[in-house]
Amino acid sequence: MKPPAKEPADPSPASRETAADARTGVPGLRTWRAVYLFVLGCFIVWVGLLTLLTRMFS
Amino acid sequence: MNPLDYAVLLGTMLGIAAFAIWRTRGRHELRTYLKGAGNARWITIGLSVMATQASAITFLSTPGQGYESGLGFVQNYFGAPLALIIIAVVFLPIYRRLNVYTAYEYLGRRFDPKTRLFGAALFLLQRGLGAGITIYAPAIVLSTVMGWRLDLTIVCSGLLVIVYTVTGGSDAVSLTQKYQIGVIFAGMVTAFFVLLAKLPAGLTFTEALGVAGSFHKLEAVDFSFNMDRRYTFWSGVLGGMFLALSYFGTDQSQVQRYLTGASLRESRLGLMFNAVLKIPMQFFILLLGALLFVFYQFETPPVVFNQAVWAAHAQGETGDRLRAIEAGFAAAHAEERADLNAWLAARRAGDPAAAAQARTGMLAAQQRTAGWRTEAQQVLAAASGRTTTSDADYVFITFILDHLPHGVIGLLVAVFFAAALSSKSAELNALGSTTTVDLYRHVIRREATDAHYVAASKWFTALWGVVAIGFALCARLAENLIQAVNILGSIFYGVMLGLFLVAFFLRWVRGTAVFWAAAAAQVLVFVLYFSLGISYLWYNLIGCAACVGFSVILQAVLGDGRRPDAAQAA
Repeated sequence: MKPPAKEPADPSPASRETAADARTGVPGLRTWRAVYLFVLGCFIVWVGLLTLLTRMFS
Repeated sequence: MNPLDYAVLLGTMLGIAAFAIWRTRGRHELRTYLKGAGNARWITIGLSVMATQASAITFLSTPGQGYESGLGFVQNYFGAPLALIIIAVVFLPIYRRLNVYTAYEYLGRRFDPKTRLFGAALFLLQRGLGAGITIYAPAIVLSTVMGWRLDLTIVCSGLLVIVYTVTGGSDAVSLTQKYQIGVIFAGMVTAFFVLLAKLPAGLTFTEALGVAGSFHKLEAVDFSFNMDRRYTFWSGVLGGMFLALSYFGTDQSQVQRYLTGASLRESRLGLMFNAVLKIPMQFFILLLGALLFVFYQFETPPVVFNQAVWAAHAQGETGDRLRAIEAGFAAAHAEERADLNAWLAARRAGDPAAAAQARTGMLAAQQRTAGWRTEAQQVLAAASGRTTTSDADYVFITFILDHLPHGVIGLLVAVFFAAALSSKSAELNALGSTTTVDLYRHVIRREATDAHYVAASKWFTALWGVVAIGFALCARLAENLIQAVNILGSIFYGVMLGLFLVAFFLRWVRGTAVFWAAAAAQVLVFVLYFSLGISYLWYNLIGCAACVGFSVILQAVLGDGRRPDAAQAA
């Protein structure tokens, strides 16, 4: 039985970029959604810490 | 500054510029000249975006803001992470897919030539004015404090940045920014630790924070809905997000930075690098200012930090008045310090009643010292007969010159110049690119060789550099410098963002409607700015909302808005 034929590669720059750019290359954050959630999480942590600082030392 | 400081300053500045000129020589194609070789990694893009935004004003003026007003200014950056995510998801893929040189080129493809020209003109107007401020602001402070000639400081720093930006184009900007931001980080971290070491022996870091907090310097977040307050959580998240969205998403000086990426992935990660680090970086700089305030509670500060202005009038007619103010200030500061020591002793002894009493005393004394400072500034302003830059802009540089060791002083002055040159070069690069691509190639000379457009771009870059130097030589500023830049941006950025949001999301709106809507929205922002007293950050939101709203209404009136444009549909 022959293995299924591979999809022919699309030579256009746009499609090459799409395939390569889907990978984030960030350890532990494999999708862009995860990267964005991480950034939002950092933002929330910073606001929380700054609010805590404000409350602690006012 | 001694010879060692000058060696550090000149060695870093000239060394970085010379290295960039050598590395980026021989850029003869328009594509590589304007967008680089297309191999930039995310860290280069991230540092380049950061260096473009962080001008010398950031490092000169922001510690002074922390000293005078505390950490509240950090809220100005709360919208940045959200905005950068939106840009990474929506703006960036479209710019890359359409393979544009400038953001305004996209407006031309989506709408029509006149809207493209309008967007480019808005950018050239506000960034051209801002370019003068970014070169003038550090020059006025450094020349005043160092005793250098203001005009020579402006011309020398301006010419240096023109030479390497014109020579190497976009790659030279990215390359120099990478090393310049390294100098900036090294200098600021060194200053921070030297400052900590200079605090009184026995005062812990937590106690230092307690001192800053007791004077309301650590009030970083304000959740109130008061529209008159310049910085609140809400104005930061909403107004700040619109400001960041328009600055990072539509300002060519930033768009050009992340379009140099080797791929969409590298550009995205470069933006996310900034989304994570922007708030902590600004917090760190403001905290430095708040700790400077703590330092000057134990060390008597000058009545005003702009000591050159003080010295100029201390020998004149106002001399007796200034000496009386100085004596009153010294007495009030001594009381403040005594009450502060009593407050610290009471806290260490666990005596809340004594601590409360001492705190009341030190706050009252602080009111008196602030009163003397205000009076001194009024006397100096009246004596000089013209407005001067905010005294807060001189706080950090005064500390550097009075309390840091030689060598480190040179490094810190290099920080200010590195920051000035890094943001200036990105601005000139963007101004030159926009003038070449959106005006010259689009309107004046449509068919020419690459070499011709590269030469034109070099000439336009140099011309904008000369305009910025000329503007800086004529400038007179009244407000805190960093606020002046942000106010100028807020007046124009909202409408600019509105143009792009309509382009991205309202596919049925056409060029004529959005053009006139943007023009009307810009007029509205001008009128409101001169008639209302609300925080300037809100003008980003107002300008954007007006542009979008007017576009929708006008398109409904004009009709025939059903067909999406080719570029958007692509």
